Amino acid sequence: MFRRVEGLFCVYKPSGVHWKLVRDNIETKLLKGLNAAPSQPCPQEVRFLAQPGGDAEAPKGLTLSVASVPALSKHPLVTGPEFQYLQVGVGHRLDAFSSGVLVLAVGNGNKILNDLYRTRITRVHLVFHCLGSATDDFSHMGHVVERSTYGHITQDKLDRVLAMLQGANQKSLLMYSNVDMRSQEAYEMAVQGLLGPDGKSAPILTGLRCIRFEPPNFTIEVQCLNETQKYLRKVVHEIGLELRSTAVCKGVRRTRDGPFTLQDALTRHHWTASDIMQAIQQYKSSKKNKNYSRSKVKEPGLHPLEENTTDSQHFYLKDVSDIVLNQSSPGQQ
Amino acid sequence: MKTSKPALQTCAQEEVTMASSCAQLCLKCRSLLCSKTVATTWQHSTQVRHCRTVTPVITKVLNGSSFFSGNHRTSPASQRWKQQMFCYSELSVKHLATEAKEDKFKEELSRADVVAYKSPLLPVNEIQMPLDLDAAAEFSALEEITHEEAVSISVPAAIPPSSTSLRDYVDKSETLSKLVQLGVNLWKLEQRPNVGTMLLKLDFNMDVAPRLLFLKHIGVEESHIGYIITHNPFILTEDLESLQARVNYLKSKKFSSETVASMVSRAPYLLNFSVKRLDNRLGFYQQQLNLSASNTRNIIARLPRLLCGSLEPVKENLKVCEIELGFKENEIQHIALTVPKVLTANKRKLTQLFDFIHNTMKVPHHLITKFPQVLNTKYLRVRERHLFLEFLGKAQYDPDLPNYISLDRLVSLPDEIFCTELALATLEDFYLFQKTL
Repeated sequence: MFRRVEGLFCVYKPSGVHWKLVRDNIETKLLKGLNAAPSQPCPQEVRFLAQPGGDAEAPKGLTLSVASVPALSKHPLVTGPEFQYLQVGVGHRLDAFSSGVLVLAVGNGNKILNDLYRTRITRVHLVFHCLGSATDDFSHMGHVVERSTYGHITQDKLDRVLAMLQGANQKSLLMYSNVDMRSQEAYEMAVQGLLGPDGKSAPILTGLRCIRFEPPNFTIEVQCLNETQKYLRKVVHEIGLELRSTAVCKGVRRTRDGPFTLQDALTRHHWTASDIMQAIQQYKSSKKNKNYSRSKVKEPGLHPLEENTTDSQHFYLKDVSDIVLNQSSPGQQ
Repeated sequence: MKTSKPALQTCAQEEVTMASSCAQLCLKCRSLLCSKTVATTWQHSTQVRHCRTVTPVITKVLNGSSFFSGNHRTSPASQRWKQQMFCYSELSVKHLATEAKEDKFKEELSRADVVAYKSPLLPVNEIQMPLDLDAAAEFSALEEITHEEAVSISVPAAIPPSSTSLRDYVDKSETLSKLVQLGVNLWKLEQRPNVGTMLLKLDFNMDVAPRLLFLKHIGVEESHIGYIITHNPFILTEDLESLQARVNYLKSKKFSSETVASMVSRAPYLLNFSVKRLDNRLGFYQQQLNLSASNTRNIIARLPRLLCGSLEPVKENLKVCEIELGFKENEIQHIALTVPKVLTANKRKLTQLFDFIHNTMKVPHHLITKFPQVLNTKYLRVRERHLFLEFLGKAQYDPDLPNYISLDRLVSLPDEIFCTELALATLEDFYLFQKTL
C-alpha cells in the first residue's frame, strides 16, 4: 500500500497559510490513512508453563501445559504505529501570502522532484493589482508610502507597457543562455525552444498578458522562470511606475507549475489519503500517455492559455519540462 | 594479577576485623579470589554452565565442607580448573610474599596466610572424601538428568538492564501486560521522560488494581480506563484517600456521580489536583463570569479541562473579549455559557476570526452573541463560505431583510448541505470556486 502513495501530486494552497503547515497537514493525513489499514495480528509465542505439583504422592508426574500466548511486545499499543514518518517534499515554495498550485512529492517522488526543478520549468501566475497607492512591501497590507491618480491609464497603455517588459525579458533570456547568437546551434535551439538559462539565474518573465482591466484593479497573467513571489510583487510596482502611477499587489495565485495545473490541484477538503493516492495515479498515467503521444505526434506542444492573443507579441516557448520528463522517464520506469 | 591484589587487600582487612580461624579465613580469601578471577576467565570459556554451577558450589562450600569437593572429578574441565587454581594460588602466594616485605602490619597475617595456603594444598589431593556425587553430576553436558530437573532448568530471562523502550519488558512484567490488555498506549507513554521506569516499578496487585477498582467504583466505564491512563499515568501513583476526598468534594458541590464520571473520563488529570485548587478554580469561574452555581456546574461539566489548565490564558481571553472585541459583560456571559471553548481558544485566532466576521462580513455584535458558534470555527472555513456566498450574491446576514442566512447554519452545516440549501449551487462549483481564491 505504501508504494501507491509514492509519487508527485499537487495541492491548492490557500492564502494566509504557511507552506510548511500545508506540508505537515498532508503528512499527518497520509500517515493516518496508511496506519488505518488493517495490520497483521499480534504474533503468537509458545510458552510452556509448568503446572505446580499439587500432589505430594506424584512427584514424578510431569505436567506441562502448552500455552500459545500473544507476544505482547509486538502489539501495536506497545510498538507504536507502523508508519511513523513520511518523507514529503515540497516543490517550488509559495510564501504565506500567495495561493495556488503547490507540488508535493512523497517517498521516491522526491528524486523526480529534484530532477524536475533543476530543469527549466515554466510557472504561470495570476497577479492581481490595485492602482493608486504604493506600499513598502509592494502588497496591499503594507505601510502606504505614496498615493497617486490613475485616471489616465487605459488598457492599451497597459498592454504597451507589458509588451515592453516582455521584450526586455526575452532579451535577457537569450543573454543568459550562454550560446553565441550567430551560430547554427543557437538557431536550432531556438527552434526547439531550448534557449534559456541553465540552473539559477535572475527571474525572467517569458510572457505577460493582461486578463482583466477594471480600474483601479487589473489582473495580469505572468509566465516566468526562476522567480519568487516577492519579485512578482516588485514587477507590479514597476508596472505602476511605468504607467506614471503606482500599483500594489493584491494577490498572487499560481495556476500552473510545470505539468501540474489548477485542474489537478486538490483543495483542502480532498487532503485525505485516498484522494492523494488517486491524484498520484492520475499523474503517473498522464505521464505515460504524454510519452506515448509524443513519440507518435511530432509537433511542438503549445501552452493552451496562449492560444488567444490579440495585440501583444508572444514568443511561444515549447514546454521544456515535457521534454525533460520524456528524457528522465526511461530511468524511472 | 591486578585483580587479585585488591581482592587480597580487602580480604586482609576483613580478616583483621573477623575473629575466626586461619583456615576459614584463607578459605574465604581463596573463595573470593576464585570467584572473581575464575569467574572472569570462565566467562569466555565455553562451559558457562560449569561456571554457574561452580559458583554455587563454592558458596555452599564456605559453610564448612572441603573446598575442593568438586575437584575430584576426573573430567578434563575440572582438572584444568584445578591446575588453574593451583597456579592462581601460587601467584597469590608469591604476591603475598612480596606484600609481606612491604607492609609490616600485614606481615603476621600474610605469613599466616602463606602457611595456611600451602597446608591445604597438600592434604587435599590425598583426601578422598565422601562427596556429593549429585553436585558433581551436574557438570557434564552429556550427562543424563531426570525430567524434573530438565523442567526446572530455567533459562534466565534475557531482560536488558536498561532499555529505551518498554517493548523489552512487556512480556515479562505482569503490570505492563495487564495495562496493554486494558488498552493503554504504552508507546505513547514511553516517549515521556521517566514514565516508563515509573510504570515498571509499579506492582499490579498493590498499586494498580486498587486504583482501577476505584475508578470503576466512581462510575468510569471500562473502555475509557485505557484512555485515562494513557493521558495521565500518574493517577496510578496518587494516594487513594486523596482521590476519594476529591470525588467527595465534587459531589458536595452538587455534581452528580454520572457527571463526575464523565468529567474524569474527559479530563484525565482532574483527580490529580488538590481539593483547594479545584475549589479555587470553581470560585474563579463563578466570580469572573458572574454566573449562578448551576450555570457554572453546567459549563464545567461540559468542558472539564477548564479545571485542569492554568487560569492565565482564560483571564487574557476574557480581557480580549471585553476590550478588543468590544463585547459587553452579559454578552460574554452568554457566549461562555453556550460555547465554553471560547474561554480556552487561541487569542490571535480569535481576534482574526472576529475581525473577519465583524469587519468583512459586517455582522454586528448582537448577532454574533446570538450565534456564538461562529467564534468556534476555523477561519479558512468561514472565509471560503462567505466569499462563495458573496460571489453568488447571497451573503446576507441581517435577519430583517429577505434572503437571510443564519450564521450558525453557515458554519455548522457540512459542505454538501451548505451548497444545496444555502448557496443553491453544486459541490463541484464550490470546489472550483475555492481554487480561485
